[in-house]
Amino acid sequence: MDLAPVLDGFTVVLEPTNLLYCLIGVVIGMLVGVLPGLGPAATIAILLPLTIGIDTVTAIIMLAGIFYGAQYGGTITSVLLRLPGEASTVVTVFDGYALARQGKAGTALGIAAIGSFVGGTISIVALSFVAPLVAGFALDFGPPEYTALALLGILLVSTISSGDRIKALVAAAAGLLLATVGRDSFTGAERFTFDNLNLADGLDFVPIAMGLFGLGEILHALEERHHAVRAPATVSNVWPSRKDLRQSSGAIGRGSVLGFFLGILPGGGATLSSLAAYSMEKRRSKTPERFGKGAVEGVAAPESANNAAATSSFIPLLTLGIPANATMAVIFGALLIQGVTPGPRLVEDDPELFWGVVNSMYIGNILLLIMSIPLVGLFVRILRVRATVLAPITVMITLIGVYTVRNSVFDIGLVIVFGALGYLMKKLGFDPGPLVLAFVLGSLLESNLRRSLLIFEGDPTGFLTRPISGTLLAVFLLVVLGPLLSRLLARRRATSDRPAKEPV
Amino acid sequence: MSSAPGGAQRPTGPGGPPAAGTGPADLVERLHDDPTVADADDLAAELSAEERPEPAGPVANVVIALVVVCLGVATVVGSFGQNVGSASAPAGGTWPFLIGVVLTGLGLALLPLARRTADAEKFTRASLLVVAGVATMVGFVATIGVIGFEIPATALVFVWLRFLGRESWRLSIALSLAVVVAFYLIFVVALSVPIPHLF
Repeated sequence: MDLAPVLDGFTVVLEPTNLLYCLIGVVIGMLVGVLPGLGPAATIAILLPLTIGIDTVTAIIMLAGIFYGAQYGGTITSVLLRLPGEASTVVTVFDGYALARQGKAGTALGIAAIGSFVGGTISIVALSFVAPLVAGFALDFGPPEYTALALLGILLVSTISSGDRIKALVAAAAGLLLATVGRDSFTGAERFTFDNLNLADGLDFVPIAMGLFGLGEILHALEERHHAVRAPATVSNVWPSRKDLRQSSGAIGRGSVLGFFLGILPGGGATLSSLAAYSMEKRRSKTPERFGKGAVEGVAAPESANNAAATSSFIPLLTLGIPANATMAVIFGALLIQGVTPGPRLVEDDPELFWGVVNSMYIGNILLLIMSIPLVGLFVRILRVRATVLAPITVMITLIGVYTVRNSVFDIGLVIVFGALGYLMKKLGFDPGPLVLAFVLGSLLESNLRRSLLIFEGDPTGFLTRPISGTLLAVFLLVVLGPLLSRLLARRRATSDRPAKEPV
Repeated sequence: MSSAPGGAQRPTGPGGPPAAGTGPADLVERLHDDPTVADADDLAAELSAEERPEPAGPVANVVIALVVVCLGVATVVGSFGQNVGSASAPAGGTWPFLIGVVLTGLGLALLPLARRTADAEKFTRASLLVVAGVATMVGFVATIGVIGFEIPATALVFVWLRFLGRESWRLSIALSLAVVVAFYLIFVVALSVPIPHLF
């Protein structure tokens, strides 16, 4: 492997502006992680206008910092208050809060910080080696491969998202539909514009992401009755003892590796890997009964895993141009705004961007490790800011922010429409994540499908005869039909079991 | 997404395990055995001690499914207005046509599940707060072009604080003014964004 671009990446990161934005990103990320409510996807969406004026590398460094910073922040509230700021830190609650009740909150936070750092770092090192390989492999991809890959990506994200699978697919289809609004890139004909000039160039990504993720979540939270925040446990003695470290080192290692691999999978990401790491540690432990009652491994494994996954989920984005989850879809959108289309050529064509962003994660992780522990007290105080005060300020930031992107009042209207839609979707059980992801991939998917059909002269079996697209589509079918088959099997088993279970 | 503490039936996805128990304890138990992302989300909501409205009934679920079917059919009809083309000569309408077919199919698939799904929430009186919230934003965008952003923004923040958030009069007035002054200084004075403004 040629090391020169990697080292150049470090010089990019160490520029003062980039360092500053990396710091800003991780601090915002930690804050977001601490405050329950807005998740990382929503925050990055709301802050998209901030990235307009600044350099591409700098912008993405900051957004990436928000993403992995949020994993750190969520831990703090999970341990101290039993309030997971993010879904990816839910399992940390079990043992983290138990440790806090035993007066070992500091130990839990210390182990979590160290685990996160190790997980993130292992993942970055692996990313540095794997990403160029994947990108090199993907250079040969043609339209059929991209069609299959985008389809599979959307399907996996919909399948693994929270909530109903069919509804997630409806959301994804709606996203694909929204992507067709505007001029057809092949013929120039206007589609679904309803003769509105503002729609002729298509819908912009920013108002959709800001509306669905940002305003949608704020509106959805309006209906909630908030309860007073519990008094947090006091934090003392943050540094874990040597015994704790020895006990959790295995869990950190295993969690990091597991998180790395699950993070690469579309739809995987931080939440899934933290759950998987926790249950794996519990299963292989000799004393599983300790879990849930303050086992350090129960904090170490999921925290290492969610950070490793947050990092490795950049691989499909930066090497294939396929975002693996909702947050990555927003970062994809940010890159498009900057005029960069992520894909296999990115590593070679734009090494400064690629290695700059990857290497900024080393720096970001070090910053987080240094800051997270001393800042615990500050974060606990921030938790006292009421949601009712934060909400209108966030709304104003969104409404004015979306205007600044294109200086368009129409976009303010659009963000409100999508905010209302986002609220309705959340209310009615549709996850907005697949919609945004499908919207981002929509035009790529359509143009590659049309190109493939032209190549195959209208014969769809052509997809199956090419090895890579064929394999991807086979996986696609497996994901679609797998759950149906397993349900059929389960039903058959249930009917055959019944006589035995019901003695007369 | 979440169930009332110790109360109503938990939503079940198709193919998912039957909704056995509710309340954090049961969720914790399930997460220990067979974790899913949806469970993690549920638990996150449980733990943050926010009360969500009850699930909507089967009628609402049927309506949702029908809306999806209508959207799908409308898309198919709309794609005929373009040019649907064919597999060997795809045109502007081909892709929307395919999406419309898929949407219709998914909507139809939602119909038989209407009795079993519980992931849609009921609209309650608290939903009126959301309507009011959206109304303030619509008012904002409707007036910003005419009278600038200052007055509509102050009004929006004030309404959200005082009436949607039940904050005190004093805090609502002071904070809404402070927010708008801050926005003016940042966007108009410092960044000179051409946002319509009065002063």
